[in-house]
Amino acid sequence: MFEGITKGLKGALSFIERSRLTESNIHEGLGQVREALLEADVNFDVANDFIDRVSVQAVGDRVLKSIRPSEQIVGIVHQELVELMGPVDASLPIQRDGLTVLMLCGLQGSGKTTTCGKLARMLKEQGHLPMLVAADLQRPAAIDQLQVIAEQIAVPCYTEPATSTPLSVCQNGLKEAKRNPEIGVVILDTAGRLHVDDELMGELEQLDRRIQPHQVLLVCDAMTGQDAVNSAKAFNDALEVDGVILTKLDGDTRGGAALSVKAVTGVPIKFIGVGEQLDRLEEFRPEGMADRILGMGDVVGLVQRAQEQIDTDEALAQQQKMMDGKFTLEDFRKQMRMMRKMGPMREIMKMIPGVGGMVDDNPDMENPEEDLRRIEGMIDSMTPHERNNPERIDRSRRNRIAKGSGNPPSEVNNLLKQFDAMSGMMQQMAGMGVKDRMRAVKEMSEGGMLDPGAQVRKEKTRSKRGSVDRDQVRNRKRQQRKNARKARKRNRR
Amino acid sequence: MGLFDRLKQGLQKTKDVLRTDLRDLFQEGQILDEDQLRQLEGRLLKTDMGVVATSAIVGKLREEYGGRTVDVDTVLETVKDTLKEQLAARNDEQEHSDVNDPLSPLNLSPAGLTVILVAGVNGVGKTTSIAKLARLLISSGRSLVLVAGDTFRAAAVEQLTMWSQRLGCEIVTRPSGTDPASVAYAGCDRALEAGVDCVIIDTAGRLQTDHNLMRELQKIHRVIGEKVPGAPHESLLVLDATTGQNGISQAKNFSEVVECTGIVLAKLDGTARGGIVVPIRQQMNLPVKYVGVGEGVDDLEPFDANWFVDVLFDDGP
Repeated sequence: MFEGITKGLKGALSFIERSRLTESNIHEGLGQVREALLEADVNFDVANDFIDRVSVQAVGDRVLKSIRPSEQIVGIVHQELVELMGPVDASLPIQRDGLTVLMLCGLQGSGKTTTCGKLARMLKEQGHLPMLVAADLQRPAAIDQLQVIAEQIAVPCYTEPATSTPLSVCQNGLKEAKRNPEIGVVILDTAGRLHVDDELMGELEQLDRRIQPHQVLLVCDAMTGQDAVNSAKAFNDALEVDGVILTKLDGDTRGGAALSVKAVTGVPIKFIGVGEQLDRLEEFRPEGMADRILGMGDVVGLVQRAQEQIDTDEALAQQQKMMDGKFTLEDFRKQMRMMRKMGPMREIMKMIPGVGGMVDDNPDMENPEEDLRRIEGMIDSMTPHERNNPERIDRSRRNRIAKGSGNPPSEVNNLLKQFDAMSGMMQQMAGMGVKDRMRAVKEMSEGGMLDPGAQVRKEKTRSKRGSVDRDQVRNRKRQQRKNARKARKRNRR
Repeated sequence: MGLFDRLKQGLQKTKDVLRTDLRDLFQEGQILDEDQLRQLEGRLLKTDMGVVATSAIVGKLREEYGGRTVDVDTVLETVKDTLKEQLAARNDEQEHSDVNDPLSPLNLSPAGLTVILVAGVNGVGKTTSIAKLARLLISSGRSLVLVAGDTFRAAAVEQLTMWSQRLGCEIVTRPSGTDPASVAYAGCDRALEAGVDCVIIDTAGRLQTDHNLMRELQKIHRVIGEKVPGAPHESLLVLDATTGQNGISQAKNFSEVVECTGIVLAKLDGTARGGIVVPIRQQMNLPVKYVGVGEGVDDLEPFDANWFVDVLFDDGP
């Protein structure tokens, strides 16, 4: 998501890793940070303020005297980024009784209508019944678009012909909503307009005055450059915006607009749009965003997404199976499907700390879904008996599976080998502590997990003594060395 | 009304909000110091032209005039000239645009059908730009067919259909969800059959990082190339003038799949300056062909670097 800015900052901050910290190289480095921010579309003034604030802190005694100055500076940049973008409150104040009215506004093409649908879907999941009101009478077919979206998520939608006025559409829409006691929220989709168009801005102000929505939300394209500040400011001056929704963050935009809009208007960013589908709306978390910017990965976001999509009971059952060594291809397929539900693999992997860069460096990783699909196809071609007892797959069965799934037999062989190695490793991992598990994952990824040709090896177990814990071995060796040293000393005397 | 006035009118609203008047910055007889250069840097950066292009201009000024007394006119000339240079074509390419012929930026097929493919990310104004372009072609006596290739977004087909009714031209549509390449094929087919001059193919907005959707676009490009030899004659990328540095990535990735021949810079009537076209021109030599300067269907103008730069830094009335 924020890879662009992340890359920039990583490069900028790497100078600190290399050299000793002096006042002059702090300035030089922060100059690079500034450039990175500007390249990321952070507003010129905002970027300058940011650098000023950081440099005051960075040059202070605190940093120079601290044990690890470089980490300290990363800490300061991180903290300032969080401060700049936060605090944030992603809740929408929904009235306990009576109607809550939300109004969306923004420039043309920022994604208002789609966001209307996303918000409605989210509210519906939270147990409210939202109604959409098509107050965009400007753009041809905008009304149709909202109707189609409302149908997709099965919520009511109030429309009038394009000859009406936005005000009367909204007023009639509210009346209509009040008639149905089930409807708790009304979302007004206004027409996109330029913030310098006095006439249309006046119309929006009038809407705001007469309808008095509980929340005015500004929809803002995350790809916007320096101009983000101007439009956000103009909308905020006219309407007193309550929150910002940043859209199109699923591209490779550097998203500096997030920093600038918050800094200039003080309006919190509430949600971010991360895809065209209507379920791609997430809460904005400045900490996660700052983590991402500094290349630390967004673990909280990943966990959140996993929680949404993965059936907890199922996951626990799988884990138990893994530990018992009863993990079968059937379970493997189930797991793959759950993972796929979480979204595109690339996106997910980027959220894992340390893996983000790997994804970018690996052009082979272009389409992990394709590999997954192929593997799924192979498993699909097996009989349930084969899935549960992969060791029973002999040459003839293998050839049948290969033919059935349209893969060469060697691919099936690979899959079986990998699966065997993996289930062995999982069994091992299940017995490890958290720290060892992390190390194992790291080794796995360094060992070419992403290289399609590479194989995950099963660790050789010593036949007689059983598997040996590495830490134990290390400690034992250490003890032996110590004893040997002592013995030498003793002998000298 | 002349082109210059139209452009100026489009940008007029802008002036009240953001004055780019460089004359405010430099005062006759003062010494050009770092402080002034830094302010100039800010103004240039705020047009979204990016750090590299800005540094080039600021560096040039520092080198030529640093520490000397300022002659406002020559300094302004230098800034404008450098910018114009950056926007000019490389490789001695002849990309002349004739002021009096609004179609001159287009590479129209001398005989037979001209195919124009329009692509871009979501919400940049593709459909509106197509309507404007169609209007331009129709008013200069060309017959044309529109192809509603955006079968993904809800009601996108209806949007273009409404435009075709307003403009009075034929449109080829397929139900939502149809493979866009097949719609494009059918569109070319229909255009050949009807014997029209031009066919403009709309495509769904897509983020340049979406691998699958970009492949889909590539397929459209390939299919129309197979149907009409030499097609598409123009492959236009629509860019939102408010776009920041991401515009470079857009231009690169779209060019990779559809070999863009030019840019339509839309929404130039806000406070955004569209400076992103400067680095795009420098890095990829991709010219801007048209600019959208308003919401009306006539508000599309051929791009001219000289005017663009002059208007950007125009002193105003």
